[in-house]
Amino acid sequence: MRKRSGLWTRTVISIGVTLLGIYMVFGPRSGISAKDFTWEGIKKNLSENVNLGLDLKGGSYLVMRVKIEDYLKAVTDNHRQAAFEAAKEAGLSVTDATEIAENGNYSVTLTFSDPSQKDAIIEAVKKKVDFNNPIAPWNVSSTDNSITWTLPLQSQRALAKQATEQALRIIESRINTFGVKEPTLQIIGSEDSGRILLQMPGVEDPERVKRLVSAESKLELMKVVSPPYPSPVQTYATREEALASIGGRETLSRKVFPYVEREETTNGERKQRFVVVETPAVIDGSELRDAAAVSRTGIEGDYQIVFSLKPSGAQKFGEWTEKNINNYMAVRLNDEIKSIAYIKSKITDSGEITGRFTKASAEDLALTLKSGALPAPIEYQEERTVGPSLGADSIRAGLSASIAGLVFVILFMLFYYRGAGVNATIALLLNLLLTMAAVVFFDATLTLPGIAGLILGVGMAVDSNVLIFERIREELLAGKTVPQAIDLGFDRAFVTIIDTHITTIISAIILYMYGTGPIRGFAVTLILGLLINLFSAVFVSRTIFMWLLEKRSNMQKLSI
Amino acid sequence: MVQIFSNINVDWMGKRKLFIFISVFVLLAGLLSAVGRELFGSSAFNLGVDFRGGTVVTVKFKEKPSVDEIRAALQAQGISDAVIQESIDKADEVLIKVPTLGRRDECPNVDEAGRCFVKKALDTFGKEAEANLSLEQDEQAKYKIIGTEVVGPVAGAQLRNQAVSATLLGLVGILFYIAYRYDWTYAAGAVIAVFHDVLVTLAFFSIFQWEINLTVVAAFLTLVGYSVNDSIVIFDRIRENMTLHRGESIYKLTNDSINQTMSRTVVTNGLVLLSVLALVLFGGEVLRSFSLALLVGSITGTYSTIAIASPIAIWWQSIIGVAEMEQPEKEAGKLATASRRSTVRRSVAR
Repeated sequence: MRKRSGLWTRTVISIGVTLLGIYMVFGPRSGISAKDFTWEGIKKNLSENVNLGLDLKGGSYLVMRVKIEDYLKAVTDNHRQAAFEAAKEAGLSVTDATEIAENGNYSVTLTFSDPSQKDAIIEAVKKKVDFNNPIAPWNVSSTDNSITWTLPLQSQRALAKQATEQALRIIESRINTFGVKEPTLQIIGSEDSGRILLQMPGVEDPERVKRLVSAESKLELMKVVSPPYPSPVQTYATREEALASIGGRETLSRKVFPYVEREETTNGERKQRFVVVETPAVIDGSELRDAAAVSRTGIEGDYQIVFSLKPSGAQKFGEWTEKNINNYMAVRLNDEIKSIAYIKSKITDSGEITGRFTKASAEDLALTLKSGALPAPIEYQEERTVGPSLGADSIRAGLSASIAGLVFVILFMLFYYRGAGVNATIALLLNLLLTMAAVVFFDATLTLPGIAGLILGVGMAVDSNVLIFERIREELLAGKTVPQAIDLGFDRAFVTIIDTHITTIISAIILYMYGTGPIRGFAVTLILGLLINLFSAVFVSRTIFMWLLEKRSNMQKLSI
Repeated sequence: MVQIFSNINVDWMGKRKLFIFISVFVLLAGLLSAVGRELFGSSAFNLGVDFRGGTVVTVKFKEKPSVDEIRAALQAQGISDAVIQESIDKADEVLIKVPTLGRRDECPNVDEAGRCFVKKALDTFGKEAEANLSLEQDEQAKYKIIGTEVVGPVAGAQLRNQAVSATLLGLVGILFYIAYRYDWTYAAGAVIAVFHDVLVTLAFFSIFQWEINLTVVAAFLTLVGYSVNDSIVIFDRIRENMTLHRGESIYKLTNDSINQTMSRTVVTNGLVLLSVLALVLFGGEVLRSFSLALLVGSITGTYSTIAIASPIAIWWQSIIGVAEMEQPEKEAGKLATASRRSTVRRSVAR
């Protein structure tokens, strides 16, 4: 016989854990008041304690990817231009600068005719161009007439990671400024995968947020190739004409962009023209200090963006404008020239982008300009949006399935195992309560598949009870006394229960590792339910049997 | 006491040829359905947007137009291959599934333009409710999009690979655990049985063209767990009986063990089936595929434990010379008293 004190310890633990579970799920987090014992109070606490997933409370789940390959291509392109400029500035003669940027290969090659200048070119480039970045260094190789810098895989990864993190910060500042409530933003997959998950509770129509987040908003102020004021700015009707003026193709220092004129023609259409600009740009978006949407007239569709520059940018801009009075300057946004103006006098720290914006689009543009440009374009891979009414329907469906399942099971257990069925019912309900308590405790998220996980956890709890009860029955049939049968039944079934639980936990853990979103919720509740079952079905259930034996120590028949 | 099975005495192992025939029949039917569909231009499985890429829009109407009217409206937008599915339990809701659209013409700001085109099509029935109002609150509105799922083609392929590797990895994990707890013959039996369950469930999904989505993967991993549970319960009993009745043939011990645990097998799986049935009936549209997968899986899981797992374990043991695959002559007469006798055991110290 077991000692009485053992039974007391078990009882205290069982009741203590149950009360703790009830408090975790239904109790208030700060200060108990009388209100917490009313039906309304309990409901309120429950909804505050349990963290519902977006599929149940409504909201938007977005998986996006930073186009890493575009980022690496841009880096390669910049380095090529910079290397070419650096060699030229040092007075060395470089015949061509080419690049490879595809299929995971990124390299820059400078070719030259005089082999004796090789070392001088390498030196000159080294001083000006960031090929020796400690995080992502390039490999150098050379022949008599060329030098090639290649970006090794490890450096590609390092840059990818940098770009992903930078994009995350920029997106974060954009959604925070926009005023999304309680967003969560995280990198998913490996750190250099470029994949970012954004969850926004309560957002029903994510289109505007999506546009805002993915807006590239690459701003550059560039010099237009044109005779100076008072001649009108030099524009071309077609891209071909514009290209013809610079010798047929874009060069390292001349690029062609479309430009939509501000004035409408008589039939209300606006003419698209083309202009030639000088690269590199005078100032880019990284020099912006602030940007805001303003309207002089207040008419919808007549908004523009005024911006100001950081001190360093302002100084650069001031010097440049001073030298270029009467020249034309273009404001380029992404791949389009938004406005062109001639420089009347030295401008230091502010400018504006005109272009017939609506209020919303001007505000969004100002916001994205302020947050800085994304390192590379973003593409959306997955979007799951659930409206609050669909979420509420899912909660109802999950609840009715759980309750129906539970009622079936309990009725059967009571019918089939009689007295012991009560025992099983207590164990099942306790399993459900404690699993919810664990979900609250670990601040896990309850999703619709998560509710299914709860139901299946209950299925495993039933299985444990059935294994134990069947074993006790067998032992009784074999002629054992009631206490012996109970002891043997629990001891022998326990080995099986451990094995069955561990195998299910193995597959649930793998599901957790591979699953995303709501599916993870399923793995979480299933794992928690299984762990708790070892307590509720084995420990607590046995304690109840021990109580029964304690009350009637010479029990001859067991209701099972 | 109420008892479903007591002292049953079935020669399960002797029926293995029948079982193999049944399994092969179902699997062949599934294969036929999958291959046949591929040959005749449709696809073997009804893959949901999770795995194929595309858009699902859940729409709630004030007055629901007919499926044909919705289809016509979509066709006017150039969407000809949409699937329009009416909700089983909610009369005013419709799910519109559109495969990935390459074009974006008037929907320039959206990477995947499905939702935008569907909205344009639906606007021919009237205005959508304002963003911050429910359908009931907005009097002029005729419909509201209450849910959207968009999966890009790249993400779809990625999710598909993840699903397959998760299921395979789950099987490998279980294989190693059982090999560690028992030995390789049992591990192989259990894992082949589970593999069989997954294939049978897939066969049903192909034959009835139920949709396979992410939740089905969760269901697969769950049925893997459940099916292995059943196998373990029987293996455990075999191991225990082996220490109790040294000298008995493994063939007979296996039969006895299956018979002894039969009442647990039926009760547990019956109850799991009831819970799953509750999910099928009340779980709603989102969990439909999940529940169906579990429904099929829990039935085939029970069957495969008896019909596949144990025979394979014993068959392998017979190959390596530990067990006999046939029922020994001299024991045939004793079977009737076997289960009674085997309930008298000494406790096993572990």
